[in-house]
Parts: sequence; structure tokens; C-alpha cells
Amino acid sequence: MDNLVNIRDLHFKHNSHIVFRGVNIDIPRGQVVSIMGPSGTGKTTLLRLIGGQLQPTAGHIQVADKNIHRLTRKELYQLRKRMGFLFQSGGLFTHLNVFENVAFPLREHTKLSEAMIRNLVLMKLEMVGLRGARDLMPAELSGGMARRVALARAIALDPELIMYDEPFSGQDPISMGVLVKLIRTLNDALGLTTIIVSHDVQETLSIADYAYVIADGKLIGQGCPKSVYEDTSSQLNQFLHGLPDGPVPFHYSADSLEQDLMGESWKH
Amino acid sequence: MEALTTLGRTGINILRQYGKSGILLYRAIFRVPNIRKGFPLVVQEVYDEGVSSLLIILVSSLFIGMVVALQGHHTLAKFGASQQLGPLVALSVLRELGPVVTALLFAGRAGSALTAEIGLMKATEQISSMEMMAVDPLQRVIAPRLWGGIISMPLLTIIFNATAIYGAYLVGVKWLGMDAGAFWSNMQASVSFHSDVVNGLIKSLVFGFVVTWICVHQGYDAEPTAAGISSATTRAVVYSSLAILGLDFVLTTMMIGGW
Amino acid sequence: MLSQRSIESIVGLFLVFAILLLMVLAFKVSGLTSFFKTEGYTVTAIFDEIGQLRVRSAVKMGGVTIGEVTAINLDPKSYKAIVQMRIRSAMSDIPSDSSASILTAGLLGDNYIAITPMYSTIFLKEGSQIDETHSAMILEKLIGQLLFKIGNSGKSTDTAKGAKQ
Repeated sequence: MDNLVNIRDLHFKHNSHIVFRGVNIDIPRGQVVSIMGPSGTGKTTLLRLIGGQLQPTAGHIQVADKNIHRLTRKELYQLRKRMGFLFQSGGLFTHLNVFENVAFPLREHTKLSEAMIRNLVLMKLEMVGLRGARDLMPAELSGGMARRVALARAIALDPELIMYDEPFSGQDPISMGVLVKLIRTLNDALGLTTIIVSHDVQETLSIADYAYVIADGKLIGQGCPKSVYEDTSSQLNQFLHGLPDGPVPFHYSADSLEQDLMGESWKH
Repeated sequence: MEALTTLGRTGINILRQYGKSGILLYRAIFRVPNIRKGFPLVVQEVYDEGVSSLLIILVSSLFIGMVVALQGHHTLAKFGASQQLGPLVALSVLRELGPVVTALLFAGRAGSALTAEIGLMKATEQISSMEMMAVDPLQRVIAPRLWGGIISMPLLTIIFNATAIYGAYLVGVKWLGMDAGAFWSNMQASVSFHSDVVNGLIKSLVFGFVVTWICVHQGYDAEPTAAGISSATTRAVVYSSLAILGLDFVLTTMMIGGW
Repeated sequence: MLSQRSIESIVGLFLVFAILLLMVLAFKVSGLTSFFKTEGYTVTAIFDEIGQLRVRSAVKMGGVTIGEVTAINLDPKSYKAIVQMRIRSAMSDIPSDSSASILTAGLLGDNYIAITPMYSTIFLKEGSQIDETHSAMILEKLIGQLLFKIGNSGKSTDTAKGAKQ
């Protein structure tokens, strides 16, 4: 099976902070792949690397058989038209209403007639169930609705690849359920390839075909959701089951408590 | 040694800032624009930056004109030269007060709004999502705002000049009882269209460009947090004001030096 | 939220407003007239000294403005100033032997040309020259002369004082 995205030996350094040291990830066409890991492991950074917004320190990323960091600006923009990206906060344009937000990529990249754009936008809004909300402004939407509008906008140009950055965080159970269902149905109905970056283990694993787990700049586990979930390696176990202490310690590294306390009392 | 390092680091940071803002300007303006799509965006920005600053410009220019007329009359009367009020007001407004005060008010009203707006767009990932939709935010967001500022500023300055002189006319002629004919003819005798009116407008064009550039860059470069946006807004207004006053000196020197 | 159309109209209005005011600045404030060829006729006058007279200074007759100075040049041979002035065509009956003098409006005011009519029945026309001219009074020269005279009279009082002692 061919892969839409190939990541080989990825290294990335932000200032002096090492984010990735040698990560290999394959995203097969037509599948939902989830990339999980604790907060601060650079999951969003990974998506930005795939989208070509950041440059890796070493290694390479291939998207649709093109090395995304060797492309000219024009080629990169051409390639980005084939990607949808759903930001954590949605990233809706606050000065445009829902309809215009979804119409934005169409107006920018196509020369379709106004009637055609209207039909397309209403279709996309219908897919996410918000056709009735077309005249609302982003400020009037709930968080879950805003994400669904952003999703409609991300699929407006019928991309091949769609990336979700933390789609479930901060959602109430109902809108979480709606999003989970939407992501899976859209993937299957439109023949997309989906990457979900998340730390909501249960929801993500419930729709993923394949899962990667990253911690400390490395892959610590991969496989189909069931095998990953049942993996017994301590690091994976702690993250997936939410144990308070384990390889990732409960205490932020510090001197021993005795020393700290004694030190304080000596001073006074 | 420590101080030297700090100095070096500051210097590098400042240089990097200049470099970044230069690249921003280059990529926003020195590209072939798409007229069909760009024109409505520029019109929108002229509205947001120019028309929305109109009220503050009108009110403050009227008052500034009236105050200059009062003060000028008070001083000129001591020398029995109060008929020279017209030239005094017209020259000080057209050459200095008009361009400078308009630019300062513009920086406070429209410039800060630009910085905050762009900073907020960045913080709410609107800029990033535009990039991911293969739309260049420098072309779509920054360039129209720059052009809007460059177009609006001279227009606002013209309006400022005219209202300020009208304010002076109100005080000088209607209130202090000067002869209207003497007021206007003395003014006309000493104001030259090219060296006073046009040079003032050249100043305002330069100010419009620099102020918008600074504000746009501060917004685009802002830390995408609430604290980052507020400090970027403050910086934008402070840097703009300093740039206006410094450049005013440079431009005045150039203009007086037979440029 | 305004529609695109109304925003465009408002911006258009803003533009027109600003351009109108620019016209006001040009014509009312800076008295720009060179865009239009003003009606009237041009006469010249030669002065020894024009003081602070400038292009666009007023030309008056009996205190009423009847035209303006259009050009000032120096004659390279005689080293005198040739002043061209444009006089409104309504004032076409100015006797050709009239005299032109450069006067000052008030103590610190601008210089202007005052034309004093004489009695000739031939009138000034396009291209004529006013022969009888009076140069500008230069304050420094006046003061110099005044001081010189005071100085002379001072000397005589000094000698008178010396004689007393």
C-alpha cells in the first residue's frame, strides 16, 4: 500500500530545545492515523513540519512523493491546496461570517461563479451539519461548532490529506462525539487520508486505523489501536492509561525535599 | 564582558528586527499584485484606517487651528503685526502641524488597531490557517493594510490642514474681528503651493508609509499571547511616534536645504 | 457590518472630500493661479531696488489690488530689476505715464507695487513699460542715514559740551 506521507529520520530543534530525534512515520493513503503523546512533545510541531511551515533540522518529509522542504514557494502553495488543516482553535476569520469563511478558499483559488460557490459552501456546511448557521459570526459559535465550521472550510477544496490538531480538547461529550463521528465519516466518504494529533486516547483510538505514540522526541510505540492500547511497556502504559506516576515522574526534577527544607531553615 | 555580550546580543536582535521587517515589506509590496482581488481589499482598508480616523482628525485639527490662531494673535498683536496671523497659521499648519499631528493621531487611532488586529489574527491561528490554505497572508492581510495606510495618510493630512486653517479663520476673523480679506490675501501672498502644501503632503506620504509599516510589522511579529499583543501595540505606537518626529526633522532639513 | 458597496461609496466620498479640500488649499490658501492663464495684460517696470518684492506680490492702485507680480529678473547689463506684472483687463484705462512705486504694507508687512495714475490719454497695454518708478525703501539704509545725521548733530553737541568744560 502506498503512503501519502513519509517521514524519515526526522530531527527538529527549536532554539536549543530538541523536539524530535530520529522519528520515522508512514501515513498510508485512505487511512486515519493518530499521533499521540503527552503535552509538549511537539505533536503540533510535527503537523506544521508536514505542512511545510517549519523546516526540519535533519531528515526529510515526503508528501505525495514530493520532498516538502525542497519545494519552491509556488510549488509548496500548490501542494498545500491538496491539504486541509484544522487548527486547535479553528482559526476562523473573525471578520467574516460562517458562509464567507467556508467560501474563502474557494474564492481565493477558484474562479467559480457565485451560484456555484454558494452550492459548494452549502454542501460542505451540510456535511458538518451547520447549514443553518451560515449567517452567524464566529464569535456567536460554540467551540465545537467553530471546529465544525473550520472543518467544512478545510474540506472546501476537496483535499487529499487532512490534519487535525487536538480536535477533541476542551469539548463537551456531545460535541466530542459529533467530531469523532464526523472525522471518520468524512475520511471514508471523501476518500481522505487523515492525521489526528491528540492526547485524548480513548476517542482517538476509537476511530484510528493506526496509531503512533511519541514521547521525548522519539516514537515509543506504534501499531493498530488494540495492540498499542494493550502494550505493557511502562512508558506507553502510563500515558495510555493515565497513571499519575511512572517513567514520567509526578515531581518536576528538584533537590530532595529534606535538603530544600533544611536549607530554608538554616537561612533563618 | 557581560555588558559587552548584552550589547552584542541587543545589537543582533535589533538587526534581526530590521531584517525581518524588511523582508515583510519586500514580500508584501514588491510582488505583482492581483488587481481584481486586491482592489476591494485596499478599499476596505482605506475605510478602516482612513475613514475611521476622520472624526478624530476633524475635531483635533479644528481645535489646533483655533489654538494656534489665538496664541499667534496674542503674540503678533504685541508687534502690531496681527495681520500676519494668516501666514503664521497657514505655514505652521501646512509645513509641520498638519503632517506631524495627523501622523501621530493616525498612529494612535489606526496604527494601534492594525497591530492589535494582526496580532490577534496571529494568536487565533488565522494567519497560520491562511498559510495552510495556500493563501499568502503577506499578500492577503499585510499588503492591503500597508497600501491603505499609504493612501489614507495624505488624504487625512489634507483634511487636517483645511480644517485647521478654517479653525484659525473662525478665531481670527469671526471672533477677534480681523479683516477677512487681509487674512486670506496675506496668507495667499506668503504660502507657496509647491514648497508648502506639496512638501507637507510629501512628508505625510512618508509618514503614512513608515507608520503603517511599523504597526503592521509589530503585529505580524507579536508574541501570540494577550500580553504579547498588548506590548506589541504599545511598541507600535511608541516606535511610530519616534519615527515620525525623527523623520520630520530629516525631511524638513532636506526640504529647507533646497531640495 | 457594512456591505462592500457602501464601503466603496464611503471611501469614494472620502476621496472626493479630500481632493476638494486640496483644491481649497491650493486656491484659497496658497493662492495658486498659475494653473489657469489669468485674464489681463502684462506690463513691465524697471526698479533699482525691489526690496522684499516677490512673485505674486500685489499690484495696487489707490489701495485696491488690481493685479500681481508675475516675474522678477535682473537685467545683466544695467543691473536693475525688471518686474513683470499682470493687471486685470477690467483696469484697461491706466494712463501710460503713471508711476510705479514699491511700498510696504505697515512696518513689517509685505512689499507691493503701488501705481499712481497720471494724466496721459494713452493707456497702458500688453507689453508696455512704466518708465517712472520709485524703488523700495530699505529700512537699513534709512536707519543708516538717520544714524549718520544723528551722529553729525551729536558731534556738534559734544564740542559744545567740551567748550563748556
